[in-house]
Amino acid sequence: METLEQVLTPEEQFQAHIDADIRIEPKDWMPDAYRKTLIRQISQHAHSELVGMLPEGNWITRAPSLKRKAILLAKVQDEAGHGLYLYSAAETLGTSRDQMLADLHSGKAKYSSIFNYPTLSWADMGCVGWLVDGAAILNQVPLCRTSYGPYARAMVRVCKEESFHQRQGFEIMQTLCEGAPAQKEMAQEALNRWWWPTLMMFGPKDADSPNTEQSMKWRIKRFTNDELRQKFVDMMVPQAEFLGLTVPDEKVKWNEARQAYDFGEVDWNEFWAVVKGNGLCNHERLQARVQAHEEGAWVREAALAHAAKRKERAAVTA
Amino acid sequence: MAVQNARDVYTRRLEGVSIWVVESKYIHASNPDEAEAFFDPAADKVYRHPTFYEVPDSIKHM
Amino acid sequence: MSATLPETLAGIVPAAPNLLFPFVLQLADTSLILAHRLSEWCGHGPVLEQDLALANIALDLLGEARSYYQYAAELEGQGRTEDDLAYLRSAVEYRNPLLVEQPNGDFAHTVVRQFLFDNFHYHLLQALKESADAQLAAIAEKSLKEAAYHLKWSSEWVIRLGDGTAESRQRLDKAIAALWRFAGELTTPTTTETCLQRLGLVPDYAALLPAMEAHVAHVLGEATVPVPEAVFAQQGGKMGRHSEHLGYLLAELQYMQRSYPGLTW
Repeated sequence: METLEQVLTPEEQFQAHIDADIRIEPKDWMPDAYRKTLIRQISQHAHSELVGMLPEGNWITRAPSLKRKAILLAKVQDEAGHGLYLYSAAETLGTSRDQMLADLHSGKAKYSSIFNYPTLSWADMGCVGWLVDGAAILNQVPLCRTSYGPYARAMVRVCKEESFHQRQGFEIMQTLCEGAPAQKEMAQEALNRWWWPTLMMFGPKDADSPNTEQSMKWRIKRFTNDELRQKFVDMMVPQAEFLGLTVPDEKVKWNEARQAYDFGEVDWNEFWAVVKGNGLCNHERLQARVQAHEEGAWVREAALAHAAKRKERAAVTA
Repeated sequence: MAVQNARDVYTRRLEGVSIWVVESKYIHASNPDEAEAFFDPAADKVYRHPTFYEVPDSIKHM
Repeated sequence: MSATLPETLAGIVPAAPNLLFPFVLQLADTSLILAHRLSEWCGHGPVLEQDLALANIALDLLGEARSYYQYAAELEGQGRTEDDLAYLRSAVEYRNPLLVEQPNGDFAHTVVRQFLFDNFHYHLLQALKESADAQLAAIAEKSLKEAAYHLKWSSEWVIRLGDGTAESRQRLDKAIAALWRFAGELTTPTTTETCLQRLGLVPDYAALLPAMEAHVAHVLGEATVPVPEAVFAQQGGKMGRHSEHLGYLLAELQYMQRSYPGLTW
């Protein structure tokens, strides 16, 4: 009797595994393109966690109460942790953190464009948690079932930990909306700025997303961009209504036939401008990362040098 | 240093009682005498858990 | 420690809650200001693992500060909250020692500042957990576990930087030269502290010194760094006379509460 291995090519076996929802593990055979796509996707995700620390980090020192300060610091710290999980997951595919960071710093690797928008008021901490993390969760929950084992496992932990991020953001918004008129205004102004950029987080329209089909086939993506964007709008419009806030899109309207909200068109010119590096904060965000890395070089070198000295001394005394 | 790094990243929510860092054939574990300093400080960081935040009943998907 | 009042002081010290209030506030301010400084690193650390470590220390200190502020508010009994105390007092009312308000500088400055503070903090808490004041003793007992970890972290970094590369050694030396002068204030009691020490509510700092000095000698020895000679100790923070740095820190810390008075966040 012939075995599967004899009848199927490695590519076909690989796809058969994926179709059967069997996880691909680091030592399994995988097509080069799968490996490359995953390295790109996971490292982009890791970079987003890293750069994503900056816009919220911007308000840690100005948080309006000790409780909010602790929550925000813990949340931004979580993002550093998620960056670490993801860099480690990507390393199982044969790249290194140094290489990934070099690609980030040179501009070769991308991170989520949402972090190229400035955080201008305390209400932005509400919007980032409620909307941006809300959108991120929609993107991330399906990734807990993604085909690559280490990525899927990292995402299980990330999603578990992120569940408080969105809630604390919503709580900030709710407190503002139930507060003084100045606070409610602050909340509405922030929503006006963050609504459209958040919709852009799901990526280009399906028709303009050439990689989607292959990624869906490999199960490293489980819903299309437009599907997720629709889901997001359907989730968020009622929540904004609950808060007494107005979503800045006149076309938002419940469509009884579709059982979903209709909504307006994203400004794709703005989307591509920010992706290409022309957002207000692209330069500052990257600069901040490069600077932290360069200024930290002597610290990392010292740690390595000291470890080497210790090892040497241990070898001498042994 | 690896043990401390692991403590800082993996025990932010009381998940830890002991850390094992494996470097190929060597194994370093956190010192049980230091368990309190390593793991108890996560006990009062309740704000890291979603249940710390009250979400109104009418709000779905959160 | 005994809580009986020595006869010589009986006439001059006010009741213990009034005396305890400024001291607890001093502890709160100290932990808050240092937590605030450490939180400035968030997103800018030398390596991701240390971003996490610095944030953990900041979170511990912030939690400790909140416990002290809540207790201080209770002692005062005027209906002020932890946030009123942290956000609505001016720089001259702040009681933190000068050391903790010093800017982060490079990583070596942050490490040395932390090491000097942790060495005092750890030994203080160890004694404070025996305080005759039950509330203070309870906070100390809880915070001690955290402080033990902080001291381990900062001690190991002093060693790594001292016995690392030529550059790290040079930076460590500079940081020691800049910050050592602020260590003395930690163990020099103010009048309030002296009174509380005699009441047995606060440990005698002189008694902490041998263990503190032994730890410094041990860590600097491992770091191959000579123990600095005694320097002139800068004083004042604990009495509200601060360096210029604190004003800017508070301007940022208090920005929201000052811009929008009396609101809930």
